[in-house]
Amino acid sequence: MYTVELTKQNGAPAVEDAAKNAAFEKRVAADEFIEPKDWMPSAYRKTLIRQISQHAHSEIVGMLPEGNWLTRAPTLRRKSILLAKIQDEAGHGLYLYAAAETLGASRDEMTEALHSGAAKYSSIFNYPTLTWADIGAIGWLVDGAAILNQVPLQRTSYGPYARAMVRICKEESFHQRQGYESMMVLANGTPEQKRMAQDALNRFWWPALMMFGPPDDNSPNSERSMRWRVKRDTNDELRQKFVDVTVPQAEALGLTIPDPDLKWNAERGAYDYGAIDWEEFYAVVRGEGPVGKDRIKARVDAWEQNAWVREAAMAHEAKRTARKAA
Amino acid sequence: MELPLWEVFVRSKHGLSHRHVGSVHAADPRMAVEAARDVYTRRMEGVSLWVVPSESITASDPAEFSSLFEPAEDKVYRHPTFYVVPDNIKHI
Repeated sequence: MYTVELTKQNGAPAVEDAAKNAAFEKRVAADEFIEPKDWMPSAYRKTLIRQISQHAHSEIVGMLPEGNWLTRAPTLRRKSILLAKIQDEAGHGLYLYAAAETLGASRDEMTEALHSGAAKYSSIFNYPTLTWADIGAIGWLVDGAAILNQVPLQRTSYGPYARAMVRICKEESFHQRQGYESMMVLANGTPEQKRMAQDALNRFWWPALMMFGPPDDNSPNSERSMRWRVKRDTNDELRQKFVDVTVPQAEALGLTIPDPDLKWNAERGAYDYGAIDWEEFYAVVRGEGPVGKDRIKARVDAWEQNAWVREAAMAHEAKRTARKAA
Repeated sequence: MELPLWEVFVRSKHGLSHRHVGSVHAADPRMAVEAARDVYTRRMEGVSLWVVPSESITASDPAEFSSLFEPAEDKVYRHPTFYVVPDNIKHI
């Protein structure tokens, strides 16, 4: 669904073949694509593995808050839509894991890193989905924020990542539109439904702004990531864009953005918005969100309790090949 | 124990060739096709799928780019535009 580089890097990049490095930098600066077997600096490889796998983990963990409402969707139409969206999230996770594997990361390593807590995922999924309106709000706000982040990544320098982003972006637009439509129904419904919609906006607005990651002055690897085209806009630029496009959408719903400092700045041609609680962000990234531990437990349980299926499938295949050889 | 990796190729419609779209992990060929169907063709992206064990693919080495492809570069006589034919000669 969305990624931001959450873990700090340690150590300076190793000194590698200077000529190869210069050729690499030149290709990237010329907006050329780097493909799996091409030479690349090890820091580039490491940065990408971390970024792509965090992105993949976010898609996979992102299925959990939505799955929470699958059996309680209000109509068959909404249930079919939600099921299709959750399948898409699984697909997005798998496109991205496959892209990371082309860099030499193994799927098992990545799964293990998520389960042990060594790898991070988007902080937004550590908030609970308390009412049905949250599902609409997630589609509208969370997928909306994801789109803003992902569209520029279609031109990222690593070919398999860029191609995965093209597929993802095509599908993401459905996610946002179904969410907004669901919010429209609630916002134009009974007073109780409208109250639910407002409450969901109240709880998801700030976490959605945090999805763009730390402010630019506290985002140490931004400059290098921009040079390598693994990031194409700064966190604050994307956050501002999100506020500017989303405020009129909220107004059209007749809902109020929960920010008393939000106001149009004619001089900048953009909305000014209030201060973000970054302490909360870092705590949630560390897994201290309201449901952080439940999320990882759900993943670990699914992985461990279904290990027998993987083992049985492999045993069946071993038997089949043995029979064929005989 | 990691399930084997398969490369997935999709024919988007009859008349076009299969094109590489990504990969999946699966225990056997049939499950690989089913996984590829779920992962890569949820919106009618294809009419046919190929799955190939990733380890069966031999790729050229990018470091040998020059020795492999450069010999083609100076053979302009392989292109029709190399040959000068007067304007009054038609259908050629």
